[in-house]
Amino acid sequence: MIEIRDLSKRYGSVVAVDGLNFDVLPGRVTGFLGPNGAGKSTTMRMIMGLDRPSTGSARIDGKPYRRLRDPLRRVGALLEAGAAHGGRTAYHHLLWLAQSNRIGRRRVREVIELVGLDSVADKPVGEFSLGMSQRLGIAGALLGDPDALLFDEPVNGLDPEGIHWIRTLMRGLAAEGRSVFVSSHLMSEMALTADHLVVIGRGRLLADTGMAEFVQRDASSYTRIRTPEPERMRQVLDAAGIQVRTGADGALEARGPRQRTIGELAAVNGLIVDELSPQAASLEEAFMRLTAEAVEYHAGDLPEGGRR
Amino acid sequence: MTATVQQAVLTSEWTKARTLRSTTWPLLLTVVASVGLSVAFGLYLRGSFDRMPVADQRGFNTAEFAVGSVVYGQILLVAFGVLVVCSEYSGGTIRTSLAAVPRRGTFYSAKVLVGTALALVVSAVTVAGAYLAAHVALGSRSGPLLGPDESRILVGSTLYLTLICAFSIGVATMLRSAALSLGTLIPFFFVVSNILGHVPVVREIGQYLPDQAGHQIMVATPRPDSPLGPWTGLLVMAAWAVVALGGGYVLLTRRDA
Repeated sequence: MIEIRDLSKRYGSVVAVDGLNFDVLPGRVTGFLGPNGAGKSTTMRMIMGLDRPSTGSARIDGKPYRRLRDPLRRVGALLEAGAAHGGRTAYHHLLWLAQSNRIGRRRVREVIELVGLDSVADKPVGEFSLGMSQRLGIAGALLGDPDALLFDEPVNGLDPEGIHWIRTLMRGLAAEGRSVFVSSHLMSEMALTADHLVVIGRGRLLADTGMAEFVQRDASSYTRIRTPEPERMRQVLDAAGIQVRTGADGALEARGPRQRTIGELAAVNGLIVDELSPQAASLEEAFMRLTAEAVEYHAGDLPEGGRR
Repeated sequence: MTATVQQAVLTSEWTKARTLRSTTWPLLLTVVASVGLSVAFGLYLRGSFDRMPVADQRGFNTAEFAVGSVVYGQILLVAFGVLVVCSEYSGGTIRTSLAAVPRRGTFYSAKVLVGTALALVVSAVTVAGAYLAAHVALGSRSGPLLGPDESRILVGSTLYLTLICAFSIGVATMLRSAALSLGTLIPFFFVVSNILGHVPVVREIGQYLPDQAGHQIMVATPRPDSPLGPWTGLLVMAAWAVVALGGGYVLLTRRDA
């Protein structure tokens, strides 16, 4: 378990991370969501003891990262693709990493196989594609068989097959009871992987909630109705206290997922219904709305010269 | 697998050093270049020895002569010291390293120890090799194999080269960039220090510069006008290395990775 308490990071007058409080619990994938520049990577680096917090703390099972003995056996991290010297082979990179935490050579071979780099293990990392570098970084994260895993934007630059592979891997790791913490700036990506969401914008915590709750609370889900008699349908729904608006294509849109109630009302009033469908909440929309004020610059809203 | 944390990190640093061409090649080239130059200069001198002034012939010392070639090889040890550190700052390796070994003192001491130990071994091989090569190349012109002066020069030069490398490791840790470190150290050792060490006005200070101070142990007759003898000179040089390494430690422990 990872505990973040009052965590802040200041660079001069710029506040990159501002008083974060949240936990990353075992047995689930916690998505760490925020627009680019929201402070996700800085937070992850502070968890790993790479950057020193200005105030507050990040603890792993009650201890700051720097106090962990053989930390790779407790926390594995993919902070940037590979983070390895281009002149070293993948095998040698993982070998020194393993040796530093008293992990045997056999495990090095195991993780190479696990991420599917067997055929290129003896090639210099500099010749790797981005996807291969990501796999190498993940091999490094898994090396110590840790209980907690951090992935910073793991699907960046991957092909669909690679993305699917990482998703399955992360779900699998969480299912084994590990704490999986994964950052992304893409809501759609999180929707497919995460059980829990921590959303930040401009370094501040915006939401710390289950995925389902997030969808219900913040997303605008509605029920789509097509009928030959939209005016009568509207009157019936109004009478039942259901809010309705007319959609762009002329179909009615009732607030909330209420196809059952609406279906019954239509039957009772003898209305013909051509279509009655719940519309899945647009997570992307919910996310955009949540972070709108926190995004530093909107597209088409460039900062004026020299001012910040 | 009952290695202590320190041993584990040392093993890891040793693997890092031996698996990169940018660190193994400078070491290999140090030996090859120094011994090669020693042979070339030796063969040249063999033919022209008799034309040297008599005073020079009498004062000639083969160890000093051989070590003169080694001084050119030191540039490669400087490069090794710089690259063993700066390879960490290529491709974000440093973040992987510090995530694996978050206690920066442990990480740094292992790196310094492995780098310095390698430099010591390579320096010893280089000095011995260059000396023996000069002996062979000079033939009958070379004096006794191991007199007191020779022993001092050979041991002293080995330590000199090792300290030059340690100094470079410290400077590179402070600067982080290989280009910046090499661009500072090489002109410093080959130009600035020579000027400061020989121009009368600034010599008082110049002779305390690391390579100038260390140079006293590498000659048969140390400069008599210097306040530093062979061993005190080496001590001054060691102090420089300690200061540079200490500066590296302070910055590494304070900085965000």
